[in-house]
Amino acid sequence: MRSRARALTLVAGLMVLGLVPVVAALANQPFYLDLFRRIMIFAIAAVGLDLILGFGGMVSFGHAAYLGIGAYAVAIPAFYGIHSGLVQWTLAMALSGLAALAIGAVSLRTSGVSFIMITLAFAQMLYYLGISINAWGADDGMRLARRSQFGGVVDLTNGYVFYYVVFGVLVALLALGHRLVHARFGVVIRAAKSNEPRMRAIGFSTFRYKLAAFVIAGAVGGLAGALLTNQTEYLTPSYMHWTRSGDIMVMVILGGMGTLYGPVLGAVVFLLLEDLLSAWTVHWQVVLGPLLVLVVLYARRGLWSLLPGAIARDG
Amino acid sequence: MAEPLLAVRGLTMRFGGLVATDGVDLDVAEGETLAIIGPNGAGKTTLIGQLSGDLAPDAGTIRFAGEDVTGLPGPTRSQRGLARSFQITSIFPEFTALDNVALAVQAHAGHSFRFWTPARAERALREPARATLERVGLGARADVVAGTLAHGEQRQLEIAMALATRPRLLLLDEPVAGMGADESQRMVQLLRALRGRHTIVLVEHDMDVVFALADRISVMVYGRVIASGAPEAIRANAEVRRAYLGEEIPA
Repeated sequence: MRSRARALTLVAGLMVLGLVPVVAALANQPFYLDLFRRIMIFAIAAVGLDLILGFGGMVSFGHAAYLGIGAYAVAIPAFYGIHSGLVQWTLAMALSGLAALAIGAVSLRTSGVSFIMITLAFAQMLYYLGISINAWGADDGMRLARRSQFGGVVDLTNGYVFYYVVFGVLVALLALGHRLVHARFGVVIRAAKSNEPRMRAIGFSTFRYKLAAFVIAGAVGGLAGALLTNQTEYLTPSYMHWTRSGDIMVMVILGGMGTLYGPVLGAVVFLLLEDLLSAWTVHWQVVLGPLLVLVVLYARRGLWSLLPGAIARDG
Repeated sequence: MAEPLLAVRGLTMRFGGLVATDGVDLDVAEGETLAIIGPNGAGKTTLIGQLSGDLAPDAGTIRFAGEDVTGLPGPTRSQRGLARSFQITSIFPEFTALDNVALAVQAHAGHSFRFWTPARAERALREPARATLERVGLGARADVVAGTLAHGEQRQLEIAMALATRPRLLLLDEPVAGMGADESQRMVQLLRALRGRHTIVLVEHDMDVVFALADRISVMVYGRVIASGAPEAIRANAEVRRAYLGEEIPA
């Protein structure tokens, strides 16, 4: 059974991610804890991007903007002595969602290359805003004095606890995403990508649904940004740089656009490659480039579609 | 006499120097089937586009069900009961046939800001969709991916999607375009079954189809309606015969 094989692939994949801390502890290699936590944080951002890029056909080239807003939403309150994770993370999602609402309201009136360029332009504007604000570190960024606090219940300074918090966020996101793409909302988003004139003819004003998807993807990106500053214990405007947007997009394409789990696989492959190869050469993307070309040519639904049982459409 | 369901006055549309529709007047009564015929480039598809709201006319008014809808966008007109089919098949090719029709039902079944319940589990969407597929003769093909259906079946699916919106007026743009004789005949049968129960505006090149279905015919040439009337009157009209070089309309 294909659906059975797919479920097994998925469970195996999640088990691998869930067991990384155990292996890292046994092998006494805490570095892997750090690496895979980082991978999962980018996976969260990539899954969010894929909701609009893969499922909705909206090629947003500015997704790092939300990552950056989320990071600032943690670092700035922390700078002024507010360390509550509840406040910071809520702020991260709310502000990045709001930014997505504004950016989406403008850019979704265009399509094709204009859409790509407008989303890119907004992200770069925020990037330059970030590097110009001296009070908050300008282009040097600033250190995060303390990781987000959760009233002593959840202690993120413990790397293992932090790992499972990120893991939990990722699993919850995938579960919610699975419901969403099959619910009415997800069907509208996918159909609007498939045939917009038809959608209008049968009576759908697709704009509001696309905008809502854009906001959801932005908020998810903001949450990933909040996790990322906690991961690095550092804030830098470079989180918003357009190359970062490109990285997240490559993760989605590599793993499988329009699939729910593909972007997770894409983040794993991308960041593992970066880690392994950059030990050899700073030009590690010399390997990534051809790999991406091969995937785009021969596996249009990404690496995920090559795994046993993974069918593209239902992700 | 009651106001016609669709009343078009002075509808004009220019593309640069080209006048695609030039002061078109049309009335369509409830329950009637009006066929619009005319040579290529006469402005028929442009007219359908303006009626469905895809194209904004430069001048003129469109009244539908007693209200001026000239300024309304396409989706709103669909909500008011105007449905269209496309000359070039327009479906959701990667969805199943049933999914295609269920989506049309969904568009008219409240908002779609629902994030939790799988749409395929909503009986209120699936059952009317299945019934509509049966109606157009695609009941057995419900679970086939739409893009892999035969051309004729895709055309039937178009009709099903339009019907699933429970329209008051069906705008059909060349429903038998590109069909073989068999497929074409099946489509005519389907449309004949809709006749009388739905108000239909039909743009069509195939004169056999037109004369088999139309209660009334309007002839468009160079963006103008040059004649309107019962099929027999149109068949006998000298000006119409000239526009068609006296060949395409069987005497």
